[in-house]
Formats: sequence, C-alpha cells, structure tokens
Amino acid sequence: MIQLAVEIPYWGQSLLRVLGGLVAVLLPAGTIVYVFLFKMMSFMQSRLGPMEAGPYGSMQLLAEVSKWLQKEDIIPENADAKIFKIAPIIVLASTFLLVVVVPFGPDAWFTDFQAGVFYALAIGSVSVIGILIAGWSSANKYSYLGGLRAAGQLIAYELPMVLAVVGVVIQAGSMNLQQIVVAQNTQEIFGLDWIGLPFVLTQFVGFLIFMIAVQAELTQAPFDMPIAESELVSGYMTEYSGFRFLIFFIGEFATAGVFAFIASILFLGGWGVPFSWFGWESLDQVENWMNVVGPLIMLSKMMLLVGIIMWVRFSYPRFREDQLQRFAWKVLIPVSLANIAITAILKVAV
Amino acid sequence: MTMLNERQQLSYIAAQAADARLNVELETEGMTLNIGPQHPATHGTLRIIARLDGEQVVWAEPVAGYMHRGYEKLTEVRSFPQVTTLINRIDWLGSFANEVPFILAAEQLMEIEAPPRAQYIRTILFELSRIANVSLFLGDLGVQMGAITPVFMAFRDREYVLNLIEGATGGRFHPNFDRIGGLKDDLPKGWIAETKQVMKKLRQFCDEIEDLLFGNEIFQSRTRGVGIIPADVAKSYGLSGANLRASGVDWDLRRDQSLPMAWDQADFKVWTHPDGDSWARCWIRLQETREATKIVDQLIDNIPAGPVMAKVPRIIKVPEGEAWVSTENPLGEMGYYVVSKGDLGPFRVKIRSASFNNISITPWVLKGVYVPDIITILASLYFILGDIDR
Amino acid sequence: MVRLSDTATGNDETAALPGDGLREGIVDGLRSDLGDRLLDTHLLPQKDLWVRVQPDAWALTAAALKTQGFEYFCFLSVLDWLPSPFGKGEDDPEAEPTEPNTEIKQGYAGGASRFQVFARVTDIKRHVGVTVKADVPESMSVPSWLPHYAGANWHEREAHEMFGIGFEGHPDLRNLYLPGEFEGFPLRKDFPLLSRMVKPWPGIVDVEPMPVVDEGEGDAS
Repeated sequence: MIQLAVEIPYWGQSLLRVLGGLVAVLLPAGTIVYVFLFKMMSFMQSRLGPMEAGPYGSMQLLAEVSKWLQKEDIIPENADAKIFKIAPIIVLASTFLLVVVVPFGPDAWFTDFQAGVFYALAIGSVSVIGILIAGWSSANKYSYLGGLRAAGQLIAYELPMVLAVVGVVIQAGSMNLQQIVVAQNTQEIFGLDWIGLPFVLTQFVGFLIFMIAVQAELTQAPFDMPIAESELVSGYMTEYSGFRFLIFFIGEFATAGVFAFIASILFLGGWGVPFSWFGWESLDQVENWMNVVGPLIMLSKMMLLVGIIMWVRFSYPRFREDQLQRFAWKVLIPVSLANIAITAILKVAV
Repeated sequence: MTMLNERQQLSYIAAQAADARLNVELETEGMTLNIGPQHPATHGTLRIIARLDGEQVVWAEPVAGYMHRGYEKLTEVRSFPQVTTLINRIDWLGSFANEVPFILAAEQLMEIEAPPRAQYIRTILFELSRIANVSLFLGDLGVQMGAITPVFMAFRDREYVLNLIEGATGGRFHPNFDRIGGLKDDLPKGWIAETKQVMKKLRQFCDEIEDLLFGNEIFQSRTRGVGIIPADVAKSYGLSGANLRASGVDWDLRRDQSLPMAWDQADFKVWTHPDGDSWARCWIRLQETREATKIVDQLIDNIPAGPVMAKVPRIIKVPEGEAWVSTENPLGEMGYYVVSKGDLGPFRVKIRSASFNNISITPWVLKGVYVPDIITILASLYFILGDIDR
Repeated sequence: MVRLSDTATGNDETAALPGDGLREGIVDGLRSDLGDRLLDTHLLPQKDLWVRVQPDAWALTAAALKTQGFEYFCFLSVLDWLPSPFGKGEDDPEAEPTEPNTEIKQGYAGGASRFQVFARVTDIKRHVGVTVKADVPESMSVPSWLPHYAGANWHEREAHEMFGIGFEGHPDLRNLYLPGEFEGFPLRKDFPLLSRMVKPWPGIVDVEPMPVVDEGEGDAS
C-alpha cells in the first residue's frame, strides 16, 4: 500500500480524491475534444481546424468554454424548469461516479470495489435518466423524440455490453477491476510471457461487442439517432444552450474517455505492464513508480480506443432506429451469449 | 398497373397500414411534427408537416412558399436580355443551366441559332454547372444521414468547377453569360487544359464518394428499399431527371429531343435503374456526374472555330409567338413557356421547374415511412428551394 | 458504330425523333376521341404542337391523351391575354400617359376568352409533347386534371391562387405560396406590381449607341 512521508488527514484524502476525479474526467475530455474533434476530424475533411487561439488552436477549447459560460441561460417557457435544469447535471454526475472505480495504478485508485464491473455497468446507465428527462422536460417534439430514441437505444445496448463483459469476468475470475488488470498481466498466452494475457486476444469477440456497445452508449455515429442533427435538429439537447449545453458536451466526451478507460482495463491490460518484465509476482510487489507511469499508460490506451471511436464516428452515416434495435437484439446479444457459453466451456475444460 | 417487386409491395403495405391508422386517429393519439421552415435537413425553407404514429409517418404535407419571389410576374416587366438575371436564381447551384432553355426559347421565336462554337461552349458550361450542382448533392447526401466527412470533399472538389465557371463567365454562382444569339464572350486562354485536369479530379471525386458512401453498408441499408416510386406514379406526377430515370424510365431530354446544342456530338450513356428507391436516385446522380465529365472531355477537344455570337439586332424585339423549350437540368426537366407579343420583353413566361414537380410527390411517397426516412427520401429527391418557389 | 447516346439504344420502343407526321397523327387521334370539342390546332413544323379544346372537354382531353400514351405530366398553368394596363413600367415617367391597350388577342390555336388554361404532357415512348389549351368560361372554373395526372395537384393550386381559376373536383385548393388571407390574384395582368409602381425601373433600355463597330445589321433606332 501507499507509503507517504506525511500522514494525510481524512478530509485531505477526500479533497485529493475529488481533485483527482476532476482531473481524471476533465483532462481526457479536453484532450479528446482537441485532438479528435478539432484536429483529427479537420484533417480527415481536408481542412485545418481551429488555428487562431493558441499554437495550432490548442487554446480553442478554453475560448469555446468561456463563450458558453457567458451565454444567457435560456429555459423554454413551457419547459419543466426544475427537471430541465437537473438533467445535464445527472448526465455529468454519472460520468464522475463511473470514474470512481477505475484503477490508474497499483495504488492510484479512488475506491477498491469488489464488484467494480457490476458497479460500473450499473452506474453507466444512470445517464439514460438524465437524457430521458432532458428530452421530456424541454417541451419540444424533437427533444421528446430524441429522448425516447436515446432511452430505447441505451437500454438496448446496455445488454450486449454487460454480456460482453461477462466473458472477461469469467476469465479473470473476479469482478474487481484491479484484479482484472492483475490477471491480464500475470498470466501468459502461447508461452509468450512478455506479452502477458491482454483479454483482447482471448475475448476478441467480446471486445468488438463492447466497443460497438460503447459507441452506442455514447450516441456517436453510426448510433447517433438520439441527436441526429439532420432530422431531430439536436435531439434531446435541442433546447439547451449556454453552460447547460456545455455540461452535456463535457459529459459526452468525458464519458467517452471513461468508457475507454474501462475498456482498456477489461481488454488491454489497464495500467499495467506484463509483470514478468520486472520480475513481479503479484500486485504487492509492483513498485511505486507504476503509480506515475500507470496513468500515462492508461491515457495512451484511452486515446487509442477513443481514436477508433471517433474515426468511426466521422466516417459513418447513421442507422435508422429500427435497424439499430434489430442490430442489438438480433446480432449483438446472440453473439455475446454464444461468447459467454464458449468462454465458460473453455474455462471449465482447460 | 405495373408489376411490383417484393420491396415495392412491402412499401405499399406500409402505406396502407398508415392509412388505416389515420382512420382510427381519434383512438390513438398521434403527434404532429413540424419540420421546418428552419431545420437543418430542408436546405432552404421548406416546411413539412408530418403526422406521426410513434415514429411512423401517417400523413405528410410539404408547405412551400417561404421564398416565393414571383419571377413569373417579374419577367413580364423585364426585357428579354434582362430576364436571364432573374432566372439565374431559380436553381442557384446550376445557374448557367437555367439560362439556356430560356435563351433557346427566345432564339426559337426569333428563328435564329447560335453559331456552332457558342453551342459547344454552352453545352460544356451546362454540363459543368450540372457537375457543380450534383457534386454538392453527393456530399450533402452523407450529411443528411450523419456522415459528416463527404460534404467537405464535395465542397473541396466543387471549388475547382466553380473556378472554371468563374474563369469562363466571371461569375461563380450567377454567370448571366448566355445571350440571345450566342454567348457574351469566348473562352479565356488556358481554360481548356485546365478543364481537362479538373475533369480528371472530378472523376476521382466520384470514385471517392462511391467508396466512402455508396459502398457503406449502413448507407445502403438506409436507402435501399426506401421511398420507392414506381414508374407510372413518377410519370403521372411529372418527376423528371434522375428521379424519373431511377424508376426505370429511359428519358433524357439531352438525348431525346433535338435542340441547337452539342449533346448529339457527345457519346454518353443515359443511366436508368429499375428499383425506384432512394438508393437508385442517388446512384443515378453519381453516374450522371461521371457522364457529365465525359461529355465535357469529348466536347472540349472538338470546339469548332468561329464567332460566339450570331448577328442579332442590338435592341432585341422578339416576334409574336409562343415557344416551349425545356432541357435536362441538374434537377430535372426545366422549361420555359415563353409568350411574346413582339415587344422588348416577354408577355408571359411560365417557368416549369423540376423541383416543383419532384417535391409534389412527397405526400404520396412519405406515407408509411419512418421519421429518419423523411430525410433520406427528401435528400434523394433532391430539391433546391429556389426551384420550388421560383 | 453504335453510340451509347443513340436514341435507339437500350429501349426498343424508343423511336427516332418525332416528325410532323406523328404530330398530325396525334391530332387525328384526339379528333376521333373528342369530335367537335377539339376546336383548333396549331402545328409549328418540326417543333411543336398546340391544340385547343372546349372547356367542358378539358378533363376528357386529359383522359384521351393519357390513353394515347402521354403519361408524363409536364405542367399546367393559365394565360391571361389582357395586355397589362400598367405597361412595363419602363416608359419615360415624364411622358404623357397613353391610353392602355385593352385589345385581347390570343396566341397559337386561337381562343375567345381572356383567360386560357394550358397544360403540357409528353409521350416518353414517342418523344413528343403537346400543349393543350382551353378557354376559361364565365364561371371561371374548369374540370380538374387530378384524376388523370396526380402531378396536376400543385399546379392547379398555383393556378388557383395566382389567377383565381377554379378547378372542379380538386379536393384542396389551398394557397400554395401566398399567405392564406392574401387578396387578389398576383399573376393577372391587372394586378399591379407595386414595387414598379412606387419606383421607376432603373434598368430602362439604354438607347445610346454603343462603342462597337456596327456591321449594318443592327437596329440603332
């Protein structure tokens, strides 16, 4: 466990955790927005993107945020004002609650939950409530349709996501995210101990399903039916402006980051390097410097996964609502069930 | 009644189910969704009132007129050469193509013909404005379905064509270059070589769009079997251009009528598609863009020498008579019925614009589809608001 | 050499470009369907065909044309033959006002009334189009083409709001362009173009000689 020179009082630890949570949510969100939304998208579309604010437009996000903060807080006359105001906060809060279980290093975690996977998947669906009430309370037909679509879509894709993770849980033999990381880095595949056993190799089907479900949970194209700017203007966000829209916006990209963190833990070995590199046997032997390097490794894996998510988002057209549901119920869920069955059989047999 | 394939039958069943639901409307409360006039998908100010049952449309009606500029009235107080400035702005993406049928109608009344060189250059510019118009459609198609990247490619490559049009006419959007009896000017130096380069680029652009968009499974599943228009319905509504050919009707005014233009000197294929769905309409437009680049390539090598202006009186008085000339514009058949009483200006001009008829089919075709399909069907019917409202 | 764009390729039923014989045949066919109610025809050699029918046979003509193969509906509109009492607004504003010309003179295929409905349909197989005209009777309404050509719907709505012509049998002659409470029929010749009334047109045709070498054919008056 962590050995610090000074004893930190409980309130100090809490403060550190809050600050760490803010950093863990906002830093990836900002990086994702700048690297992918501003720059990668622009380069894919043969343009430069923002270039004026800061070197290569790197301060553009700050400019945007300050613009949004200055805007008038408009609440439609017929809207249910209280619920309308709460909705974006619920969405963002679910992201913060989600990051709580993510381990960033051997000791760099906020809380060490035994049922971490279960908690993450449960809390991840809280944002549906925020989106649904945002759509309902806006008193706008586009928002209403968008909210309903979001509810249908997020619930439909929750299932394949859960089922895809079950394979990992069976293989790791634990629902604790930290244990899943350790399991991937202490085992080996094909006798190659230098590579560890990232579950993406054994659970590739599960990884694909998980990433597709994440894409849908984040309502990114081709699953952006709830927002669908060419038909529903902006879906459940239509009536939001100013800092409430900003909260939705941060929520969208922060959730992308956090889901990518979780995916990297479940499938890519998380913060760890194969323990055999340094001769470690178990979690206790991992040296303290991994608490610094671990978050960086996580960050790079997160960027890789978010890069894939965004790449798909910028190049694909969107599904229709019924096609989207059909894809979830008729393709993803049966495949993920089969994946669980095969994993379980192999686990028992081998 | 023509034979229907399976998908067409399914779409009929969906439409009839929608009808049945409309009849029991008092029992199941529907929702009326008002799309437009300010809406990202209607590119312009078209408004669509859709009555929904869940996400299915049971009844839809477009409302036009938010941009009606009264060109038919205005033409009556202009002189013949001044009219081209107005009609330029009907289909503002393919402006030059709008001028041609009117000028041809006036020339038919005056019984003159433009010299061959002018006819060739007219045809080339006509096809260039078709490319400028339809390439934007191809990019916009992706945006309507949520793919944001193709539209930037379209804008990038369309720029080359606009530069060409600007180089020859001086105007990127509203050339106003056509004159009764010929053209305002000859081509600038170096324009022909430049055009050949650009046509190559545009063919690459077509390949890119085909890979990126038409080859995409999601795009196909969004457009195939959606918004099917059988041939007899299409003809009865007066659909024209790619929309008609996508229903399997082999009809192209460039080929099927004789006009003093140079299309008969070029060898091009008139593409048709048997399906009549949104996919077919989009695909036909893609092929047409390719054919247009080939027409330009063929004509540009064979432009005859000579003047670009026939001998016409400086003050143009058009003899008494009536004339109807229509051409295959980027959006479809665009024609002018010009009545002259021997004055400086026309007595009456009836403007037959393609989008007006193409959009009038929407109440029929939108019945029974889902809300997202409203957007794809409208996008595939391809209208320009100025062309509906005039 | 077979060219892709030859009219004969692809579709065996497509004929060569139409000649006047074909157009005369169309007139004969219409005459046998309509009898006396086909009032007048005008054939512009190698160009186009106009026919004029009695107003009560207006819908019947649509049916006859459709059975003859004219399946493609092009447009439908109205002609107002009254010369504009306001001129073109291009006259010298200081000149003496002249008595407006009120002589109503119809165009091709003749006529007897101030308003004429006219429509155009095309035969896609035979590559020929025909313009049909009919006088508008005192009742200011003619039968609707809607049962025969679905596309006539919007065109008739437009004609109704712009010229005030009624179409019997049209279910819904709402305004298409104009606001619902708009009064008057803007495309009628006696409807003034207000912007021209309040301000003379700056683009009055320039009659000064232009600095180009005139080759003698030009009219310099």
